[in-house]
This record gives sequence, structure tokens and C-alpha cells, in this order.
Amino acid sequence: MKGKSASLLKFQIQNLNCFFGPNQVLKNISIDILPNQILSVIGPAGSGKTSFLRTLNRLNDLFPEFRMDGKIFLDGEDIYRSNYDVVQLRRRVGMVFALPVPLPMSIYENVVYGPRLMGIRDSTRLDKIVENTLKSAFLWDEVKDRLKTSALRLSGGQQQRLCLARVLALDPEVILLDEPCSGLDPISTAKIEEALALLKTKYTIIFVTNNTKQAARIGDRTAFFLMGELIEYGPTEQLFTVPQDKRTNEYITGRFG
Amino acid sequence: MRIPPRWSQAGAVAILGTATFVTVMVLIFIIAFILQKGLPVVRPSFLLDFPKDMGKEGGIFPTIIASIVLPILAILIAMPLGVGTAVYLTEYTRESRLTQIIRFGTDCLAGIPSIIFGLFGFIFFVTTLKMGWSLISGGLTLALMILPTIIRTSEEAIRAVPSVYREVSYSLGATRLRTVRKVVLPNALPGIVTGMMLGIGRCIGETAAVIFTAGVSLRLPTTIFDSARTMSVHFYILAREGISTENAYGTAAVLILSVLLINLSAYGMMHWIMSKRS
Repeated sequence: MKGKSASLLKFQIQNLNCFFGPNQVLKNISIDILPNQILSVIGPAGSGKTSFLRTLNRLNDLFPEFRMDGKIFLDGEDIYRSNYDVVQLRRRVGMVFALPVPLPMSIYENVVYGPRLMGIRDSTRLDKIVENTLKSAFLWDEVKDRLKTSALRLSGGQQQRLCLARVLALDPEVILLDEPCSGLDPISTAKIEEALALLKTKYTIIFVTNNTKQAARIGDRTAFFLMGELIEYGPTEQLFTVPQDKRTNEYITGRFG
Repeated sequence: MRIPPRWSQAGAVAILGTATFVTVMVLIFIIAFILQKGLPVVRPSFLLDFPKDMGKEGGIFPTIIASIVLPILAILIAMPLGVGTAVYLTEYTRESRLTQIIRFGTDCLAGIPSIIFGLFGFIFFVTTLKMGWSLISGGLTLALMILPTIIRTSEEAIRAVPSVYREVSYSLGATRLRTVRKVVLPNALPGIVTGMMLGIGRCIGETAAVIFTAGVSLRLPTTIFDSARTMSVHFYILAREGISTENAYGTAAVLILSVLLINLSAYGMMHWIMSKRS
């Protein structure tokens, strides 16, 4: 199924407007997201990057004051239509948060939290999932001897890679990352970037970052958000070498933001 | 004109330190006074014998049993209701007029004197529902009495669970119920247990609400439909009727020591749970 959809668009977003109470945080966003690529989303703080990301797995639904209009299609299916299965959506579209948030349980339990929710009980299968996902997140060698200890004892960089492994354990199709390296040291950041570069062959990755250099390094395509508007969107190389909009140019050359 | 910071600092330390000292001293004085008067009569036979001659002689064994069973009954009834209400108020509804009314109601309930609960329990459980003076009437009455405390403390504990944990759980495809069971409640457990301990403490010490509902029988209760006299009621009757001051103080000493024991073991249990988790 993933093979078939590879030629199609993964996400289609049409005329998306989002509001928190009286504040409009996203203004008329339309964007197509290609599968098996990394999309970098850049922009200064408060530009709506995170809100945009959270519309894609409907996590904004948790806020009572959130409203939106417009359409979002995942594999051609409207994810905001009534009676759409949100739980299923969140399994297909996994998310890594800005701050590493391991649940206060063991490393092992963190990784199998999602699979267990899907009803996987077989312990050899769970063991296999834990090993595979921790390897994909470049964490296995560091924790393989202490899987049963609390995840809270890991360092920040390790915790964030655990969060990545936890998302991979859902076997998702899309991975959303919300500034996953903002609190990490350069070495942990490098490890996460390395993991993502390998993972994009299997997954569609949408990556919000404050760091334009990082966006340029790992993104196949880049979208630039400013004050809730999508200013520019295109192949990363093009956006960083010949930006079409003056504001994009000013942002990536560090004149503001 | 201004007071030098060094002085105001010293003044604050003196005032606050005195306040703390007075509080602690009052507490120590009360406990020491009761124990000094009561401990001389507390022997194994006092704990294990049946009372004779209305409590003038003999031990307090049945009242100890009643003081154990009654709070357990009350907690068994109040915990599911209280924690369920707290989960509903925090996780399943949004702040609205309705939740404000419910919260106002529980606060009012918390402020009602226990004798009113006793009277209500007597009229409703003992006579209207024909449960008679019994442990179950007392347990139900006490459950109503401690419900507000349990709801409020559980609610605070649940609200204190960081919302990112919920977001993570939902983002991993969990339903609301799963999130509550796997993430919210385990993390709120210390606070919920604190509320439970406060409830148990109030039940053990309660006299007015119990004397009207569980009765004053000195026999050993064999079922929850039997009447029984708790330690605090026994103490009240011994002292009020002038039956035996020594035995009254002895009962009070046992009561204080058991409350202390419960708090210590709850503290130890919490410590054990927390250390296992991190």
C-alpha cells in the first residue's frame, strides 16, 4: 500500500485557516506534501509552524478554543470529516514533540505503549519491535542492557531518540517532528538527523525547525511560514539559493527571526 | 526611615519561626498529654480483651475492629465515586456552568458539620432504608462525609499531571479512557492516595456521624449489618458518662497511635511506589 501511494500526494492541504479563540494562527494555507521526502518547515517563533503540524494529526482538537476551516486530505481522504477515526489517524501520523517527553515508565514500556494500544500482546513480537525501533533511532546500543529502567533516567538526547523510537513503533506512514532538536546538544542532533535521513525511504517526514541550517541540511523541500501565512514553498535548494520572496531571503540570511 | 533589610529579614525569621514553633509544640503537647495519661493502661490484654461492665473494666477489642472496618467500608464506597467524579470533571467535561455548580456543591458538602451527616444517615439509612444501626449505615454516612475531600484532592492531583503526557498519549493513538488509565491516574496516584488518607483519618476520628448510624453496641460485629462501637465513640461514652477516665485515655492513646501508624505506613507505601517508578 505504501508502494502504491508513493506516486501520489501524501497530504493535500487546501485553504486551511486556523483560529485559537479570536486569534487566527494560520491564514489560507494550501500545500501539497510528497511521500518519502523530508519537508522542512521554517519560520520565526509564532509563525504558526507548530499549529500547522498539529492540524495534521488533529492534536489541536484537544484545545477547546480551536477552530479551523479548509480541507486536509491524507491519501485523498478528508481527515476532518465527521466520524473520521482520529485514533487511527494518529497511528498513521506519528508525532515527536519539541521537548522530549518520555512517559514516566520504563524504556521498554514507552516503546510498546503504541503497539499495546493496537492490541499486540505477543511478547516476542513486542521485543522485536523494541529492538528494531531503538536501532532505527540510533539508541539501541546505549540502552539495550537497561530496557526495564525508567525512561526518565536517560539524557535529553537519549530521551528524544526514545520518543522517535516510540513513534516508529506505531509503524506510521507520516512522522511529524516539532523542533525535535531545540533542546539538544550537537551530537544528539546529528544522531537524530542521521536517523531521519535513513527513515525517509519508509516514511513521509514533516520537520519543523527554528534552525535554517538544519532545514537546508536535511529537507528535500522547505516551507517558510511567517505570521500564519505560507510565504514560500519549494525544493530546499531552490528556496535557499534563489528565494522568490524578499521576506524568505531576509529570514534565511538571518536578517530577522 | 526604611528598615534595613538585615533587620526586616531577622524580624521575618523570628515571627515565622515562632509561629512554626508554637504549632509544633501544641501538637507535641497534645500527643504527649494523651499518651502520658493513656499509655499506662494500654497492655496487650487491653487491646485483645472484651470490655466488661460497660467498659469500666476489660479491654477495647471490639471497638478496634469497628474502627478498622468502618473506614474501610467508607473508603470502598467513596473512592470509586470520588475518583470517578474527579476524572469526569477534569478529563471528560470542559469548564462550564455545570462543572462550576458541581464544584460549588462539593465545597458546600465539605463545610457541613458532621453531626448533620449523622442525622441524615440516621433518618435515611437507619430508619427509611431500614438498615438499622449498623456498620453499613455508618460506612455509607462516612462515605458521603469524606466524598468532597476525595473529589477535591483527586481533582487537584489529576490537574497537576502535565498536559504534555496527555498529548503524547493521544498522539500515540490512545483513546481517552486509555489515556486516563495508563497516564493520568498513575501519575495522579500520590495525590489521590493523600486524599484517601485524609478521608481515613477523618473516618477514624469521627464521632458524631458514627454514633447515630453505627450505634454503640459493644459486641463484636460479625457482619456489616451489625451495630458496632468505634474507638472514638467508646472514648466519648466512657468520658461523657464518667464510666472510666483511665480507660477513656487508654482508648484515646490507641486511637492516636493507630492514626500515626496509618500515616506512617501510607508515607512508606508512597515512597515505595515512587522509588519503584523512577
